[in-house]
Amino acid sequence: MKRESVLPVLLPDASRLVQTALRERRDGWRVRLRASHGGALLAVFVTGCAIAQAQVQAGNPSILETIWKWTPLLARGFVFNLAISFMAMGIGSIAGLFLGYAQISLLSPVRKTSWFVTHFFRNAPWLVLLFYCMFLIPFEVTLFGTKIPIPDWTKATLGLALPVMANVSEILRGAVQSIPTTQWEAASSLAFNRRQTMWMIILPQCIKRMLPPWMNLYAILTMSTVLASIVGVNEMMTLTQRALSAENRPGLLLSFYSYVLLWFFVYCYPIARWTVHLEARYAVKQ
Amino acid sequence: MQVVWDWFRWLYDTTGINLTIFYDAFDRTRFASGFWMTVKLSVICILLSVVIGIIGAGIQRSRYRIPRTVVYWYIQAFRNTPPLVQLYFFYFGLGALLKGVTGPMVTNVTWAIISLSFFAGAFNVEIFRSGIEAVPRTTLEAAESLGFSRLQTYLRIVFPLAFRISLPALNNNLVNLVKTTTLAYAIAVPEMLYVSSQIWSDELNVPVMMNVLLVAYFVLVGILVWIMHRWEKAIRVPGFGV
Repeated sequence: MKRESVLPVLLPDASRLVQTALRERRDGWRVRLRASHGGALLAVFVTGCAIAQAQVQAGNPSILETIWKWTPLLARGFVFNLAISFMAMGIGSIAGLFLGYAQISLLSPVRKTSWFVTHFFRNAPWLVLLFYCMFLIPFEVTLFGTKIPIPDWTKATLGLALPVMANVSEILRGAVQSIPTTQWEAASSLAFNRRQTMWMIILPQCIKRMLPPWMNLYAILTMSTVLASIVGVNEMMTLTQRALSAENRPGLLLSFYSYVLLWFFVYCYPIARWTVHLEARYAVKQ
Repeated sequence: MQVVWDWFRWLYDTTGINLTIFYDAFDRTRFASGFWMTVKLSVICILLSVVIGIIGAGIQRSRYRIPRTVVYWYIQAFRNTPPLVQLYFFYFGLGALLKGVTGPMVTNVTWAIISLSFFAGAFNVEIFRSGIEAVPRTTLEAAESLGFSRLQTYLRIVFPLAFRISLPALNNNLVNLVKTTTLAYAIAVPEMLYVSSQIWSDELNVPVMMNVLLVAYFVLVGILVWIMHRWEKAIRVPGFGV
C-alpha cells in the first residue's frame, strides 16, 4: 500500500535532500571539488612560499629551489600513493562485486552473511582496518620452501582494499535495488530465468548506475592513501615529513604541505568533475 | 566480577588467547579509559558540531555579506581537505602558535575536539541550511498570517520541519565523525586505538587486540547507527522521502 502524504507542505527540494542523504549513506560521501578550491589552495601555497621566502637567510637557496629540489622524491612518493590506490581499488572492487552479488542472493544464509561482512567492514574506521592488515599480515610467507617477502605497502594496499570491498558491495546492492521491479516482471513474462534476467537485463543497467559512485569511491580512496603514512609506508606524506626534517628550516611547513595538497587536488579534480558529468548523463529522467 | 576475570586468565592458559584487557587490572583500566575517551570525543564532537552547524546555518541566512562569505569559505576549506591535515594544522600549527597565549591548559585532547568539531560542523552547516531552505515560503507566510512572531515561526514551524528533512544527512555525517575520531591517534590522544597500540606493544598480543579493536568499533558505530535509524523512523514525516 502506498502511503498518502499527510503533510503536503514540503517542496520537492526537501524530498530530494532526503534521497541524496540516503544515496550517500549507500554510496559514500560525495567528493565535491570545484576549480575555486584549486585557486584557494594555490593562494595558500603562494602565501606559504612568500612567508618562507621572507625567512630565508642570506646564502641559503630560495624557497622555490628548495621545493624543486625535493620534487623528484615527492613525485616518487606520489606514484606510490597512486600504485596503492590502483591496487586497492582493483582488489577491493573484485572482492566487492562478489560480496555484493552474494548480498542479493536468494539463499538467506548467504545473503545474511554477506550483509554482515559488508556492514562489519563499512562500520570499522579505515585507520583501524589499515592497522589490522599492517600488524596481522606477516612480513614474509614461506610458499613451497621459498620465502616471499611482503613489503609494507602491500599490506597497506590490502588494508585499504577491505573498506573498498565493503563499499563496492553496497554500491552493487543499491544499484540492483534501484532497478524498477517492472524490469524483473517484464523479464519473467518473457520467460527469462533468474540468472538470465540478472546477467542480461539487470546488471547491464546497473553498470551505468554504479560508475559514478565507484569513481567517487576511487577519489576518496586516493585521498585516504595518505593514511598509510601513519603506519610508516614511504608514500608522499611520509616523504614530505622526512624532507621537512632534513631541511630543518622554520616556515617551510605551510608551503610544503600545501604543495602536497595541490598534487592531490590536480589528480582528484578531473575525477570528481567527470563523476558529476557521468552522473548527469546517466540520470534517469523521471 | 573476579570469576569473569579468572575465566579470561583460564582462557589464556588453555587457548593462548591473551585478553589482558580483562584479567590484568592495569590493562583493564587503560583500555576502559581509552574506550571512554573515544566515547567522550564522539559525544562532545557530535554536540559541538551540531551547535556549529546551527550557528553557521543561521549566519548563512543573515543579510550581511561578510559573515556569509566567511562561513562559505569555512565550509569549503573544511569539506575539501583531509581531516588528518586539519588535525595537524590545529595541533602543530595553531597549537604551537597559541601556546604562549593559552598555556598548557589546551591539551592535544582539546585540539582534537576543536578540530574534529569544526570538520563535522562544516558538513552540518550545509545540511541544516539546505534543510531550512527546503521549508516552503508559503509555510512561513501562513505562520505569519496566524500571528506567529519571527522567533516563534523558527522554533515551532521551520525548525521541526527542517530538522526532520536534515536528519538522514545529519546521521551520515555523525557516523562518519565517530569513525574519524580514530585520527586523533596521530596527535597522541589516548583514545581506543592509541591505548590499544600501547597495550599490544607492552603485552605483545597484537592479533588479539586488533580483533578486540575491530569488534569494539563495530559495536560502537553499530549502536550509533541503530539509535539514529530508530530516531529517523520515529520522527519521519509520513509519506515523505523514500
